[in-house]
Amino acid sequence: MSAANPVVSIDGVTKSFAQGNVTALSDIQLQLEAGEFVSLIGPSGCGKSTLLRVIGDLVEPTAGTVTINGKSARQARTDRDYGIVFQDAVLFDWRTVSKNIALPLEMDGWDRAKRKERVEQMLQLVELTGFGDHHPWQLSGGMQQRVSIARALAFEPALLLMDEPFGALDEMTRERLNLELLSIWQQLRSTVVFVTHSISEAVFLSTRVVVMSPRPGRIAGIVPIDLPAERTVETREAPRFFELVTEVRELLRRGGE
Amino acid sequence: MSAAAISQRAGRQVVEWLPALVILVAMLAVWEGSIALFHIKQFLLPKPTTIAATFWDDRHELWPAGWYTFKEALGGFFGGSIAGILFATLVARFRIVGQALMPIAIAANAIPIIAFAPIFDAWFDPLSPHSKMAIAGVLCFFPVMVNTLRGLQSVQPRQIELMRAYAASDFEIFRRVRVPTALPYVFTALKVASVLAMIGAIVAEYFGGSFEALGVLIRNDAQTFEFPTAWAGIAVASLLGITLYLAVAITERVVVRWSPAARSSQ
Repeated sequence: MSAANPVVSIDGVTKSFAQGNVTALSDIQLQLEAGEFVSLIGPSGCGKSTLLRVIGDLVEPTAGTVTINGKSARQARTDRDYGIVFQDAVLFDWRTVSKNIALPLEMDGWDRAKRKERVEQMLQLVELTGFGDHHPWQLSGGMQQRVSIARALAFEPALLLMDEPFGALDEMTRERLNLELLSIWQQLRSTVVFVTHSISEAVFLSTRVVVMSPRPGRIAGIVPIDLPAERTVETREAPRFFELVTEVRELLRRGGE
Repeated sequence: MSAAAISQRAGRQVVEWLPALVILVAMLAVWEGSIALFHIKQFLLPKPTTIAATFWDDRHELWPAGWYTFKEALGGFFGGSIAGILFATLVARFRIVGQALMPIAIAANAIPIIAFAPIFDAWFDPLSPHSKMAIAGVLCFFPVMVNTLRGLQSVQPRQIELMRAYAASDFEIFRRVRVPTALPYVFTALKVASVLAMIGAIVAEYFGGSFEALGVLIRNDAQTFEFPTAWAGIAVASLLGITLYLAVAITERVVVRWSPAARSSQ
């Protein structure tokens, strides 16, 4: 797929770690268009989290380049062009929920009134209105992760990087947050890169699923998800959903051989 | 918080403290009773009531002496703790400083510093409070330094990664993440240091010092068989030690409201 103006363009990215002589990523080519929701799925050690970190300029590739909105990944990070969510919420215990969400805004030098207004919007977006003055440790795991998503979205970034954000949550919380994430994404229309272990989660959320295989990490195949744009609880029970899940599972099993 | 909630909370606190208070009173009663019962000589152990009476009768001598020693302890506490925090910050910031100095600092920590008291008397004027402050300060330095460093280094790698994702500078990471993470560790160390400072000042005075000092007073009274006065002096030292400890503990409650200790009271 070649887009005219990709939001993220990954060009021949290779990453090897000197220690243990491991090739985590081998010659990755991938382009993301504006508004896409792309999941990276694969077994442990396939480099999907590393690829996410290369996009965010948190890990430097051994070879190849990443371009975000026409800028280098480094420049994009310095310009705070993306938001990031990790597997654990990574909230600061000494800050209230509101102040955790406001952290990136504080660092960007927003004034107090503007910060407050945006934080209120974000709390509403993740359905945590009224919890602003709580401390993170007073919230459940699912609520903490919603705070973390609100923080990542505080800038309304064009790009959202998510590294197994719901991996530590129970199945029911996870499915509910899947729906919430979709509704947020449909409101903001940002581009999402979503790393996950779960096939059904990847198929349910994405516009495309990128299946990766390990040692060395590379793209085994890409599955376009042609489910209706409006996804609901019933989507998970549609025959097409199961076909796509099977397709992804087959690719994972064969590892792109 | 409403007035009713405050009084309810105060009531709960009283209930929580009640068992400890009962035990304390019972211990004093057993102490008082067994001295009369077993005819224990006063130089071995005076009655609590005798100590209390002496505490009051000699107040014009005891309390200024306590204040004199308390100032030494405070000087050592602040000097040693501030030096410990600064040193730990330097070590956390510049790896090379840590590699060069940490092994020496850890070895030095095992030295019984109080043994240096006579030497410090030679370095400083033995009758001035500075030699005592120095001992108290050195005693406070090590636990504060080691704990602060541990706190500064116990930041989760994920938190650093998050800050880097928002293009935070090293200084911003230090200010917004490392310092708040270290604060509970620092306060744990300051509580230890508050006790050590008082011990350092008193014991250093046992080796000699101004006649205005509490340690000198306790030592001289014990040598001249004025045991109730010596015990009253010890009571003054204990009260001052507890005061300093509580002051640190209350500051901790105010500053580190997110710490587990503060959480349990919410």
